[in-house]
Amino acid sequence: MNDTATQLRTVVVEREFPYPPEKLWRALTQPHLIEAWLMKNDFVPQPGHHFNFTAEWGAVNCEVREVEPQRTLSYTWSAYGLESVVTWTLEATGKGTHLRMEQAGFRPDQEQAYQGAKFGWQRYFNTLEELAAKEFA
Amino acid sequence: MHNSPDALFRALADPTRRALFEKLCAGGEQTVGGLTAQGQVSQPAVSKHLAVLKQAGLVQDRHEGRQTHYSAQLKALSPLLDWTNQMTRFWESRFDDLEDLLKRMDQ
Repeated sequence: MNDTATQLRTVVVEREFPYPPEKLWRALTQPHLIEAWLMKNDFVPQPGHHFNFTAEWGAVNCEVREVEPQRTLSYTWSAYGLESVVTWTLEATGKGTHLRMEQAGFRPDQEQAYQGAKFGWQRYFNTLEELAAKEFA
Repeated sequence: MHNSPDALFRALADPTRRALFEKLCAGGEQTVGGLTAQGQVSQPAVSKHLAVLKQAGLVQDRHEGRQTHYSAQLKALSPLLDWTNQMTRFWESRFDDLEDLLKRMDQ
């Protein structure tokens, strides 16, 4: 068997913002602000808290794992039966804040199960439409 | 044959084309006439949409006598189904919205 860790899918998106970590932290942890850039939610910055992100195309089930104000925030991210963990890292720089999002996901064998058993055309196309709208906006 | 996600997005961003593609996925191989009979779109329009789908690699045509049969090519969707690509696109667009929000919070 291969090492499981190397089999995980990981997505990293990073960006530098000209604002202090305190401001980014608010955008990442206050439900009405989260909704403005991500999705509707009932987030509470407390480890163990279960919450959902909801959108027209469905819902993401989450559980808060780690909260270190203005530094780190992580929660599980479960959508369409696929498990992953989203970790936000904030780092103060001279000019603002370096924000890093890492989403570590399921293994390829899970992906096959997902595509085989959980593949829903309607859901898929709804997501696609949303992505396409952004893509060509 | 390799197709960029952009070409696939463009082909599938149109609701009529998406409906045609879904019909072919669900119902298997069909002719333009068969596809036209089921919907409210004219035959020339259906043909035009099929040409775009074909160009994106999403459908394949097969000539038999005077008829052309079209079938869906699910493999063409694989670049879009790749979780990593999909999530990267998702988060990059979220970051854009976050940036907009942070600007508004300044005011």
